[in-house]
Amino acid sequence: MATAFSAAKFTAQPFPLNPASTTSHDSSIVFAKPTSLFLGSTRKLRLTSYSKFNLSRRSGTVDAVSDVVKQKKSKSSPSLLITKEEGLELYEDLVLGRAFEDMCAQMYYRGKMFGFVHLYNGQEAVSTGFIKLLKQQDSVVSTYRDHVHALSKGVPARAVMSELFGKTTGCCRGQGGSMHMFSREHNVLGGFAFIGEGIPVATGAAFTSKYKREVLKEADCDHVTLAFFGDGTCNNGQFFECLNMAALWKLPIVFVVENNLWAIGMSHLRATSDPHIYKKGPAFGMPGIHVDGMDVLKVREVAKEAIGRARRGEGPTLVECETYRFRGHSLADPDELRDPAEKAHYAARDPITALKKYLIENSLASEAELKTIEKKIDEVVEDAVEFADESPVPARSQLLENVFADPKGFGIGPDGRYRCEDPKFTEGTAHV
Amino acid sequence: MALRNIIGKRIGNGIGLVGRRSLSTATSDVENRNAKSMNLYSAINQALHLALETDPRAFVFGEDVSFGGVFRCTTGLADRFGKARVFNTPLCEQGIVGFGIGLAAMGNRAIAEIQFADYIYPAFDQIVNEAAKFRYRSGNQFNCGGLTIRAPYGAVGHGGHYHSQSPEAFFCHVPGIKVVIPRSPRQAKGLLLSCIRDPNPVVFFEPKWLYRLAVEEVPEHDYMLPLSKAEVIRQGSDITLVGWGAQLSIMEQACIEAEKDGISCELIDLKTLIPWDKETVEASVRKTGRVLISHEAPVTGGFGAEISASIVERCFLRLEAPVARVCGLDTPFPLVFEPFYMPSKNKVLDAIKATVNY
Repeated sequence: MATAFSAAKFTAQPFPLNPASTTSHDSSIVFAKPTSLFLGSTRKLRLTSYSKFNLSRRSGTVDAVSDVVKQKKSKSSPSLLITKEEGLELYEDLVLGRAFEDMCAQMYYRGKMFGFVHLYNGQEAVSTGFIKLLKQQDSVVSTYRDHVHALSKGVPARAVMSELFGKTTGCCRGQGGSMHMFSREHNVLGGFAFIGEGIPVATGAAFTSKYKREVLKEADCDHVTLAFFGDGTCNNGQFFECLNMAALWKLPIVFVVENNLWAIGMSHLRATSDPHIYKKGPAFGMPGIHVDGMDVLKVREVAKEAIGRARRGEGPTLVECETYRFRGHSLADPDELRDPAEKAHYAARDPITALKKYLIENSLASEAELKTIEKKIDEVVEDAVEFADESPVPARSQLLENVFADPKGFGIGPDGRYRCEDPKFTEGTAHV
Repeated sequence: MALRNIIGKRIGNGIGLVGRRSLSTATSDVENRNAKSMNLYSAINQALHLALETDPRAFVFGEDVSFGGVFRCTTGLADRFGKARVFNTPLCEQGIVGFGIGLAAMGNRAIAEIQFADYIYPAFDQIVNEAAKFRYRSGNQFNCGGLTIRAPYGAVGHGGHYHSQSPEAFFCHVPGIKVVIPRSPRQAKGLLLSCIRDPNPVVFFEPKWLYRLAVEEVPEHDYMLPLSKAEVIRQGSDITLVGWGAQLSIMEQACIEAEKDGISCELIDLKTLIPWDKETVEASVRKTGRVLISHEAPVTGGFGAEISASIVERCFLRLEAPVARVCGLDTPFPLVFEPFYMPSKNKVLDAIKATVNY
């Protein structure tokens, strides 16, 4: 259990601080000669590096976590990380994410949904750990692997499943599909098929929140934006541009890197000069944290701190979550490239089993209660599928809607009428 | 694979692509010795092997090319030519193309792969502002002719907004680069080798729908097909159809059906979009007096508009009907509505009849 609760690393500080006051972590990063190590196998680098993190120290809240836990599990609640209610809520969310994605795979292979579908199995701890701390008005910006982010934020499973099936009752009326989950009600700003495209959007959303608070004087507007993206995105220009802008303007945003080590078939370690993404934060003047993304409680602790910072107006944070996807990049990916030993290593750290163990060992919940939750989730997912199945397919006229704000944006057709009002415009010919 | 199953499902909606497709080539511009039956990605793979074999300063790079690429076009290259010549890049299209321009400027042959044409837009700036103008603004001291950018484009049945786009029109507006689109495996191999060896930067769009579906006899030797020469792949006398890439197979089916109604269609594969072969198209229009252009990209501002304007300019008095364009609709590429959006065989057929009966 020692590894399960070792401290996350907290590297800090914007430049103005007196360098002497910071314990230099950078010296404790034992990756002395970067060049030679980075050509080696992913597995070796990851495992040995991880144990070395146990040594380094400092920084408030996070250390408290490890100290508290190291002093052995006692039965009394104050020294535990979560209450029973919170524990059950987290467990339910994790199981919902997993069950939903598994059902997606089933539906895909049965031909009910199509297109490019990217599943989130294995990474649930990041979504649950962060998003469950948010309020409804906080925003989430995601990637193409966005089903579970939408679910954690509160979008009903029915709406997400319908969207995947392409029905009108989907959250985007069937126009978005798997990679574009939006919800105005729950402030999910999408699903982006293109990597890195969501980060500037999140930055803009964060700016709005700060603007409302400081310029429009809505004093209680402390909305935070979370931007989720992967390790491959961290080599993209848009990522760096936004780190700069967010730090420059001290925006209430948290950049969450879901580092699952692989960008389709490209290993993170072979594509990045310095694979420690969290180090890129301080370069732009914001704290950079690395956390074990397979453990929902650790993620939650770090998330509390980062989101708290943003709410208080102290600026952005970069959080790197070490996580792993159990399935291939997408449902069309045969997933032959990854080392089975690596997969096994992470499968052993399944976030759901870890939380279950924690809850039971600390007497926060019984097996029976957890089983009830699992059953409930199964029903929710089945219901979602039924609902999606029975929902209507969008009418052909929907093709022309929402291209412009004004549906008349298509101008006048050859017969002098507005194109969008001409049923033939969409139909093309009688046959089609 | 899932892709094939999806294609199978879509046939019912009248898309018109049937199982394994082989496209006819009216002219035999290549010797057929040692021809082997292969699909599009294998033909492209062969072309890349030959390109790297014949030029020690040729490089292939892009996202995931090392293991063969998401469409298998680069299989075997890394094993055969080594990691110094065939390597993965991080996920930064702007960086990939800019880096390719630098390589080309120093006299290398840079073959950059953009994983999907939909992702080419971050690199648009580098292509338009740098690649196209390098020779021009350096007074011919430097050039990036060695640069070839390959990208899979076009609808695939289930791609949705960001895996189905046809951005060729944007690049056709840039003087200084060439845009080439093959229609079949045999054409692809020859054209790709020509593009790689052409002393100008080229953007080579590969129709992703045809990667597995198009199967043809492709000669195994090294051969090049000329750029900027359109090909008449079907002779006719009533109407000229102009197209490129995967759309040609749809148009060919429409031609066959029109034949049953007594309409003789001439089908032209443009192959190179800029600089395009105006003479061949004009000669054909002078013969038939009618022209129809079809492409997957949205109709407004698509490359069909340029062809239409040029033909009207040159052949105005000969035309017997307005130039018809059967293209994608003016919406973002839809997900569920793909069958309605696409310029299907029936739409083309209807337009042929309308034009002929004008």
